[in-house]
Amino acid sequence: MGLKKMIVGFLGSVIAIGGFLEVATADLKFPMLVYRTGAYAPNGIPNADGFVDYYKMINARDGGIGGEKIVFPECETGYKTQVGVECYEKHKENAMVFQPMSTGITYQLIPKASADGVTVYSTGYGRTSAKNGKVFKWIFNAPATYWDGASIAVRHILKQNLGNIKGKKIALVYHNSAYGKEPIRTLQVLAKKHGYKLMLLPVDHPGQEQKATWLKIRKQRPNYVLMWGWGVMNQVAIKQASSIKFPMENFIGIWWSGSENDVMPAGAGAHGYKALTFNAPGDDYQVHKDIKKYVHDKGQASGDGSHFGTVLYNRGLFQAMVQVEAARVAQKIHGTSKITPAMYRDGMENVDLNAKRMEELGFKNFAPPFKNTCENHGGSGLAAVQQWDAKAKKWNMITEYMYGDAEVVDKLIAEDSTKYAKEQKIAMRCN
Amino acid sequence: MIYKETGQFKSTYESDHSIFPLIQDKIAFNILMLVAFLVVPFFIDSYWEKAILIPFLIYSMAAIGLNILTGYCGQVSLGTGGFMAVGAFATYKIMTFFPELNIMIIVLLSGVITAFVGILFGLPSLRIKGFYLAVATLASQFFIIWLFNKVPWFYNYSDTGQITVSERTMFGVAVTGANAPPYATYLFCLILVIILGFAAKNMIRSKIGRSWMAIRDMDIAAEIIGVPPLKTKLSAFAISSFYIGIAGSLYFAVYLGALEVTESFDIMAISFPVLFMIIIGGLGSMLGSFLGAAFIVLLPIFLKNVMVDLIGLSAVTAKHFEITIWGLLMVVFLILEPHGLARLWSIAKEKLRKWPFPY
Repeated sequence: MGLKKMIVGFLGSVIAIGGFLEVATADLKFPMLVYRTGAYAPNGIPNADGFVDYYKMINARDGGIGGEKIVFPECETGYKTQVGVECYEKHKENAMVFQPMSTGITYQLIPKASADGVTVYSTGYGRTSAKNGKVFKWIFNAPATYWDGASIAVRHILKQNLGNIKGKKIALVYHNSAYGKEPIRTLQVLAKKHGYKLMLLPVDHPGQEQKATWLKIRKQRPNYVLMWGWGVMNQVAIKQASSIKFPMENFIGIWWSGSENDVMPAGAGAHGYKALTFNAPGDDYQVHKDIKKYVHDKGQASGDGSHFGTVLYNRGLFQAMVQVEAARVAQKIHGTSKITPAMYRDGMENVDLNAKRMEELGFKNFAPPFKNTCENHGGSGLAAVQQWDAKAKKWNMITEYMYGDAEVVDKLIAEDSTKYAKEQKIAMRCN
Repeated sequence: MIYKETGQFKSTYESDHSIFPLIQDKIAFNILMLVAFLVVPFFIDSYWEKAILIPFLIYSMAAIGLNILTGYCGQVSLGTGGFMAVGAFATYKIMTFFPELNIMIIVLLSGVITAFVGILFGLPSLRIKGFYLAVATLASQFFIIWLFNKVPWFYNYSDTGQITVSERTMFGVAVTGANAPPYATYLFCLILVIILGFAAKNMIRSKIGRSWMAIRDMDIAAEIIGVPPLKTKLSAFAISSFYIGIAGSLYFAVYLGALEVTESFDIMAISFPVLFMIIIGGLGSMLGSFLGAAFIVLLPIFLKNVMVDLIGLSAVTAKHFEITIWGLLMVVFLILEPHGLARLWSIAKEKLRKWPFPY
C-alpha cells in the first residue's frame, strides 16, 4: 500500500542523512542542550553563550584539555522534554557530559544516562536527591541544590527577623512543573520547624499570565515571597510585584530567577529585588580577560557578545569550567589524555575546586570552593543573596555565602534517594 | 502501468472485501511488514528508536484514534492531550497497584479506562455540535490536566509531580524502563499499532463505521434511517478514546519513561499537533493518520538533521528555518490538496495506472 512506500522512502532518506552524523573524532565531546528559541530563550541565550565562549577560550589558549580539543555540538531543545530526548540520543555516543539546563529533561535523562553510562551535570538544578552519590552514580548537581536554596532563603529571612519568624506568612510563587515543585517539601518541613505559614502559588507554563497569582498576594499579604521561576515568568512576576507595590526587599528568587533579563523590564520598580546566587556577577575576573583576548577580540564571540559578564553568562562560564576541570582530573587519574565517558565520570567525582585552584583557573573569588566525593555529588551547598540596584543597573552581593539547613535537607535527601534506589533496584555504592 | 488493475478479477466475496483489493498494494504492504518485522529490529539503534520510530508509531496511534472521532464520526475534539494523559496515568496507577501484571494487559486496561472517560466527556456531544463541541472538549483537556496536577493521589504523592515507569518485561525482555533494548520497545509498539490499526480499518468498513459516517454526513438524516445518535456518537468517543489512551500509555511507559502532566500533555504538545496530523494526513483516512503523523513528527527532525549536519547551519538558525519551512509546507500542502496527503496519494495512484503511457 502507498503509505508504506512513502514511509520507507522517507525513512530511507532520513537514514541517508543519519549516515552523515557519525563524526569520528578523538576530541572530547561536550554536547550542549541549549534553548535559544521559545519562552525560555531570554535566559537560555546568555547561559549558552557563556559555555561556548569558555570552550572556545580553552581551545584557543590551551589547545584544548591536555592537548585534546573540545568539540561542543549545540542541540536546540526549546526547553522541551521530547526534543531533549532526541538531542540526547543523537549526541550521547562518546559524550563526556550532558548539561540539560532543564529540570524536566534532567529527570528524563537520569535513568537513561545511568543505563548508558553518560555523566549528567545539572548545576544547581534537576533532581535534588541526586546529591546522594551512593544512589546516583552518574548524576551530579554541585555546587548547591534547590533544597539548599530553599533553606538558605529561609535562613536569610530568619536573620532579618532576628531568628523569629513564628506566625509570618511566606508565599512560594513557582513554575508549575517538576522544577518549581522541588522546594515545596523542604519549605513545608521548615515551616513546621520555624512556625511560619506557607502559601503555595503555582504559575503555569510559560508564566505570562500571573494576574490572579499577584491578586492573591495583594489580598493575603504574605510577609515574604519566594520565587522559583524561569524564562519569561521571572520578568512578569517582578513586574507584577512592583505594580502591586509589594516591598521588593521581601521578594527573593532562586538563583535561576536573578539575572539582568529578569529585572530590567520592570525598570525602577525592580529596585531592591533579591535573588540567591552561587557565583558572582561582573566581568573583571581573569577568565573574562582571557575570553576577551582569545575569543571576543578575534570576533568569535558566541551570539552577539552582548551578554558578557551578566549573571547567567557568568554561570555558564562556571558550569563550563567545572566540566572542563572534571576532564582534567580524569586525565590525571587515568594517566591518559584520551579519556572515555566512564573515565570522565571518575574525574567529575573527584573534582576539588578549592580557592587556590579557582584562582589558577582565573576564577578567584568568583564562587565558593566546593568538592565532589563519592557520597556527595552536590558540592558545598553554599549560596549568597544578591540584590538588584536599579539605578546602577547591577547586582550587589549583600551577604556572605551561607550553608542551608543541613539537618533538614540531608534527611530529606536520604529519604528521597533511598526511595528511588528501592524503586529502581539500585545497589548503594561507596561502602 | 504500475497500478494497472486490468485482469484482476474478484470471484469471491472475500476477495472483493479485502482491505487491499489491488495485488500491487498487497505486495507493497507485505514487503513493508517484512521490513518492519524482520529487518528493522536488527538494525535499530536507540536514536532511531527513541527519536524517530517510537514517536512515529505512538502519534500514529493517537491520530487513528482522533481520526475515528473527528474524521469518521465528525465530532471535532481538542481533548486529545487530556485523554492521552488519562492513558498515561492509568498505566502508572495500575503499574504501582499491581506490580506483577503483564505490561500488555496494563496498556490495554489503560485504553479501556480512557474509553470510559471518553464516554463521559462525549455526553455533551449529544447536544452540541461543531465548534461548540470543540470548545467543550477543550474544557476536558484543561480539566484533566489540572486534575492530574492538583490531586497528588494520581502521582503517588511524589514531591515533584513526576511519574516514573518501572521496568516491565515481555517474554523475559524489558520493554519499559531505561534498560529496555531498542528492538523490544519498537516491536511492542509496532505490534500494537498494527493489530489495532487493522481493527480500526475493519470497524470502519463494518456497520459501526458506516453509522459513524452517516452521523458525520448528516445526523438528522441518519437518525431518520434508523442510526441511533446516542449509541453511535458515544461508541465513537469510546473507541477513539481507547486508541488515544493506548497511545498515552505507550507515550509514558515506553517512550518517555518519566513525565509530568503539565508539560507532556500540554494542548500545544499533543492536542493541536494530533489534530493537525489528521487534517494534513487526511480526515477519514487510515493512511492519512500515518502520513500525518510522519509529517508532523518526522519532518522537523529530518529538516533539523539536514540543516545542521549536511548544510552546517548553527542549531539556532536551523531551528528558525525549521519552524518557517515546516509552517510553509503545511500551508502549501493544504492549498494544493485540502483533503490531505492521503488524497494526494490516491491522485498519484490514479496517475500511476497509466504512467508512463498516459495516451
